[in-house]
Amino acid sequence: MRSLTFLLVALLVGGIVFALALLTRNEYVLFAGFVVLQYIVLATAWNILGGYCGYVNFGTAAFFAMGAYSTVALHKIGANPGRYLEGTFAEFLMPLLPLSIPTLVIIGGLVSALVGYGMGYLTLRLRGVFFAIATLAMAVVLQTLVINWDFVGGSRGAYIIRPDSVSFAGISLSYIQYLFLVMLTLAVLALWAARQIERSRLGFGFATIRDDELAAEASGVPTLRLKLMATALSGGLMGMAGAPMPYYIGYIEPSAAFGLPYAVNSIAMPMIGGTTTWIGPLIGAILLGTLQQVATVTISSVVNLLIVGVLLVGFVIIAPKGIVGLVQDWQRKRSQP
Amino acid sequence: MTQPLLQVKGLSKRFGGFVALDGIDLDVAPGERLGLIGPNGSGKSTLVNCICGTLQNETGSVTFEGRTLDGLTASRRTHLGVARSFQLPRPFASLTLVDNVRIPLIYTVAPRAGILARTTLQVDERCMELLAMVGLDSKARRWPRDLTQVEMRKLELARAMAAEPKLLIADESMAGLSHSEVEEIIALLLRLNGQGITIILIEHIMRAVMSFSQRIAVLVSGRKIADGKPDAIVNNPEVVSAYLGQ
Repeated sequence: MRSLTFLLVALLVGGIVFALALLTRNEYVLFAGFVVLQYIVLATAWNILGGYCGYVNFGTAAFFAMGAYSTVALHKIGANPGRYLEGTFAEFLMPLLPLSIPTLVIIGGLVSALVGYGMGYLTLRLRGVFFAIATLAMAVVLQTLVINWDFVGGSRGAYIIRPDSVSFAGISLSYIQYLFLVMLTLAVLALWAARQIERSRLGFGFATIRDDELAAEASGVPTLRLKLMATALSGGLMGMAGAPMPYYIGYIEPSAAFGLPYAVNSIAMPMIGGTTTWIGPLIGAILLGTLQQVATVTISSVVNLLIVGVLLVGFVIIAPKGIVGLVQDWQRKRSQP
Repeated sequence: MTQPLLQVKGLSKRFGGFVALDGIDLDVAPGERLGLIGPNGSGKSTLVNCICGTLQNETGSVTFEGRTLDGLTASRRTHLGVARSFQLPRPFASLTLVDNVRIPLIYTVAPRAGILARTTLQVDERCMELLAMVGLDSKARRWPRDLTQVEMRKLELARAMAAEPKLLIADESMAGLSHSEVEEIIALLLRLNGQGITIILIEHIMRAVMSFSQRIAVLVSGRKIADGKPDAIVNNPEVVSAYLGQ
């Protein structure tokens, strides 16, 4: 399927999902759906570096939190611009404030992409487990910085009072409906971007890095440049997923924004779905995300990580290439005489 | 005298206290077939790695077509025209054979062509030509795991050739192959040399080195102990003593 056709089909499917979510007239469906969509973006973003390039990133939560905290900082400035902005700069910015959610998403993405690029520059000479540890360390360093940054609430956290409704394209939507729509659009764009990468020159380059970096270099692939692009792209998408978060829950604090579930889920979802194609993280995120939401309301939210752990161990043993790998193997066996 | 295609001057490389290469000087003329021999641990692969940019030399310099390669990444050197095959085949396991060969084409040859970059169709055709050259065109859509040892080595050579190099370094391309398979690879390398590609052959199979090389350089314990015509090398007492342990 051609790129534009895929995007149109994905947008159409997204539109149907949004219409169905509205038809349920149940706000919880939107709340839960938002989380699943957020995980689709996170898992897809993780897969760009982890699945396509083979570099395991334990720092998802850091990129996610960077997006969330850039929203907090910009929201605070937007709520009281006279206090924080002065001179010509203020005159230029005042009419733009408060910033819309799509703008915050873009800014959050840029901030996280920049952090990703910086982290990549410092750590991408490391490989395997050393790189993974470095990303984990980066998350801890950034969390410590945020805890000590009073402007965004420090360890106390920060509250964001969101409006009740928003007018979008002439239609009045409740704010949760609006956030759901933003995250749905983001998920569609993330999947489209991942699919584009997979079938491009860049995707081939990423695959060679995953398979054999030395041979990739010998074939003319500029591996360091490609890895930097992967960390920036991956980090940027994670930041975009985190940007609407403060509006979604209304309160954000470091231990939640840098929470373990983000790091664990964004690794587990592509692993369960399959890491070599764009559809793997989508399958994993829908399956695991939905299961977690169901477990939250039927058993307890504490069970979530247990579910992830058990499924991950199960898949690593039974289907190390994920659900997509299982299907591909089955198709290959069927096609053989 | 023609300017050498590759010029290695006073090249040294240490790994901690171990001196892998010690002041190597080596010139390779355009279109030449050079054999590089030496016992295990003599520094042949380290020298190749320093020329190709996998390792960076500590002292000395590597010059290619009059341009210094020192400090350049391996990919940059490939762009400039230095290609290699690996001692142990290193195919891209998740890519089909045709895509393995496609990588140097889209990352080296197409950017070199700039605005005249090849179209997808031309790249596909070229991939098939390269696979046909090594007799792997019938397996173009298969994966490297489906290949035999000799086919794997042929794929290595096809991938190296896809970068359209001026210098090809074949690092033990015949190790573990049968007599007829060795002949097959030699014939292939001679064909490539016939197309104007300079070749450095690193090999333990003396029969292959002798029949292929116009000149042979001998490394022992990181030093070059001899450099000359094959006939002169086999009769060189220092080579005989060091290489054959007599």
